[in-house]
Parts: sequence; structure tokens; C-alpha cells
Amino acid sequence: MKPGPGTYRVGGRVYASVLGLLSRHPPLVQVVPLSGRYIPKPNDVVLGTVTDVQGTFWLLDIGAPRWAPLHMTGTPWKIEIGETDQYLRVGDSVVVRVENLDPTGRIGVTMLGEGLGKLEGGSIVNVAPARVPRVVGRGGSMIQTITRRTGAQVAVGQNGRVWVNGDPEAIHRVREALRMISEEGQRTGLTERVDSYLRATGRSGEQGLEEPPNESARRDAPAAPYASSPPSEGSDEEHDGNADGWHDEND
Amino acid sequence: MGSVGAKDVPVLLSPEGLRIDGRRVNELRPIKITAGALKHADGSAFVEWGANKVMAAVYGPREVHPRHLQQNTKAVIQCKYNMAAFSVDERKRPGLDRRSQEISKVIAEAFDSVVFAEEFPRTSIDIYIEVLQANAGTRCAGLVAASVALADAGIPMADLLPAVAVGKAGGAIILDLKKEEDNFGEADLPMALVPQSGRLVLLQMEGHMTREELATALDLGVQGCRGIYEVMKQALRDRYAVAPAEASA
Repeated sequence: MKPGPGTYRVGGRVYASVLGLLSRHPPLVQVVPLSGRYIPKPNDVVLGTVTDVQGTFWLLDIGAPRWAPLHMTGTPWKIEIGETDQYLRVGDSVVVRVENLDPTGRIGVTMLGEGLGKLEGGSIVNVAPARVPRVVGRGGSMIQTITRRTGAQVAVGQNGRVWVNGDPEAIHRVREALRMISEEGQRTGLTERVDSYLRATGRSGEQGLEEPPNESARRDAPAAPYASSPPSEGSDEEHDGNADGWHDEND
Repeated sequence: MGSVGAKDVPVLLSPEGLRIDGRRVNELRPIKITAGALKHADGSAFVEWGANKVMAAVYGPREVHPRHLQQNTKAVIQCKYNMAAFSVDERKRPGLDRRSQEISKVIAEAFDSVVFAEEFPRTSIDIYIEVLQANAGTRCAGLVAASVALADAGIPMADLLPAVAVGKAGGAIILDLKKEEDNFGEADLPMALVPQSGRLVLLQMEGHMTREELATALDLGVQGCRGIYEVMKQALRDRYAVAPAEASA
């Protein structure tokens, strides 16, 4: 057996190096971690928060071991050196794509591409990076269930940060649904349980209730985050919106 | 630790071979480990071991503060061991002292030899150990707590690090000293084991033993560590266990 990620070999034996689930695909054996920070992969679309502003770049906290520099040439804006703080300030949230990684652990990100840019309004909820596949669901089923039942806009970054926009009631219900996924992520039938929870807490006459489940089963361009909007809502996929929008880092 | 007054030295080993709390020489105190006890840390663990209560929290790998400690090829492991003012019967003056600095250093170095720090260059892995209640063996309890917390934080490493103190009291080599045995006994020998390789990554000694006694003590300690290792693994299993799916609500 070849030792894959999450394992190491000593004297012909393979041991786990992280806490996780064993996965055997001969000749590869690996351990899929159940916890830990987000480990960036090229082309991942992630949500980040600006932690520092320099003359030609910003530093983003994307939940990875290190802050990721976003250079001004990686944005759609025409910026003079020293004007970076007029575009993004500490605390702002952005959607970026991981472009390159180097062996010293430096994470290069870009904001050039479809679905990437600054986030206005909404709020951010953190889930464990290991839970992201469950939040999205098979073919996007979970996230579609959530948006259909709550009427909120939701975008999931590969780093476990979830952007939610909508009225406060909808945001609260999405938050509860995400908490359920975090706590019960390994059980089967999760989508159904989240669905019945959201149905139970929803007001009567909720929009989109009679929508067939696979109506909006489409995925955006591969570069875009797993974004999903309620089907009957005006297609406001663009992230600009309410001027009195607010940001909230929370778990 | 604590003040040795003019009190009479207690009988540490009865003629029947029992210790002051009724244990045999090779018996551990009861130990309970809760993995993931804290919400905001990347990883955490709470250890109750005899009358010891120790909380450990792990953050990282994350940006290094202060920056000059950063290393270009690997993560730095920073450890802070602290005893609460109320952890002992006479109030402990809060803050850093020589003892806590030493313990922080030896624990950080023990983890340095098992954690795969090369996977995260220019970052820091920060370990915080808070002793809430002390009854001898807190560096071992802290190390055990920190080790479970590191695993809970998803940090790659060669193995968990079980640790225990062995020593000599009442003329006998005993496992897992409690406070009276530490204070009035003849020797104290805390150690930490890498079960996978059998290496010791922490070994300190206070007091006197013969070479033969040291050899016996090391064997006893390795045995003790293997027992604690099982408790540590079980704590992590319990934390991440999947409860059988109940009927959907």
C-alpha cells in the first residue's frame, strides 16, 4: 500500500498522522481528516476577510494556516500604488480563488474571474472545512434545499465560510441549518432532516414550497462558489445590494 | 510544591504493599479525558486525573507572533503552561515563574519531536495548558491534555504522547505519584512516551535512585503510558463517534 495524505510510513508499516477516517483505494491508503484548518488547493473558491492593507496588496484570512496575499493586479480595479485602502479595508469580506501555492506555504489568490469579488451585505457563518461537502450536498442538493426553504441567498467557500444574505429571520434559519450539519455531519439522511427542520420552522405560505426538488439543480461555472438563490426570488445573483448591509463573523 | 512543614512524614507504603490512597505500586489514579471541551479553540481537551484538573487548548497552525520567532522550513511550537492561583492549597502567585517556564519548554520540545511541523512552514502551533487543580504530576497531565487537543485540532503528528510520573516512595518504585508521595518520597521521574516507536521524548528526574531502580522505574512508566494511551484514543473516539441515526423528527 502506498501512503497517501494523512499517513506516514516507518519500517514498511503505514500509520495515520491525523485524526480521521480511513480510506483505502488500492494502491493508495489515506486518512481523511475530521478536523483541522482549511488546507488550500489550487482553484478552490474561498471566502476571506481582509486582515491587513499594504501599498500594493491586501492580506486575507481565509481560515488557512497563513494569511493569503491578494495583489492589486489580481483585482478587476485600476489601482495606483497606495490606493489599495480605497477599495478594500480591514474587515471587508471577499470571494477569491486560490491561484498558486508554493512550498514555503505562501497562498496566492486572485479576484479575477466569474463570481469573484467583494461581498456587500449579508453575514458570514463558519463551518468546519471538513463539512463543506455536506453543506453543498450531492450535486448541490443540500444548499438548494436550504435556499428553497428559507428564501436566503447562500454561497459556500471551500474553506468552510458560508455567506448568507436575506432577511434576519431567513439568516437565522440558515444558521440553524448549518449548525445541524456541523453537529450531525456524518449521519445519513441529513438532507431530509434539514429539510423537515426548515419546513417545521417556516411560516405557512412560504415561497417555493411546491417547487419540485430538482427544478434549480444547475451548477454555475466551475470557478464560482456553490452559490444558490431561491428560485422564485428576483435573480439577484450579484453580490451588491443593501447599503445598510452588515458583516458578522460568527460560528 | 507546597510547603513541607514540621509535619510527620506519612506512611507511604503499608506492610501489605498498599499506598496512602490504597493503590498498588503499579496502579494509576483514575483518569478521565474529554476531547473538544472548548468551543473557540482549534482543538482542546480537559483531563481529570486523580485530583488533577487540567485544561489544554491548541490554536493553529497560524501566523507567528512575535514575527521574529518564525522559521522558514517548519512551524514553531509554542507552549504556555500556567497554574491557576487557586490550583494549590496555598495561593499560587499568578504568572510566569521559573518552574512554569521550564515545564512550558520541555513540553514544547516533546511535541517538537512528534508533530510534523515541516508541513506548515512559517506558522505557529500554540498550546495553552491551564492547571485548575494540582495534585502532583501536572506536567504529565498537561502533556496528555495538550496531546489530545493537538489531535482534536487535526494537526498531523507521529503519535499521541502519553505521559506519567514514576518515582520512589516508602522504599518502593511506584507509578503515578500523588502529592504526598511526591513531597515526602525519595524520587520523582516524569516521562512521556511515543508508543509507535517506543522513544521517550520527555524524561526528568528529581531525587535519588540506583541504576537498577531506574531501570525498573522506566519499565513501570512505559507500562503506565500504554494504559493512558488507550484512554486518550478512547477520548478522541468518543468525541467524533457517530451516534446511531434516530428516527427523523
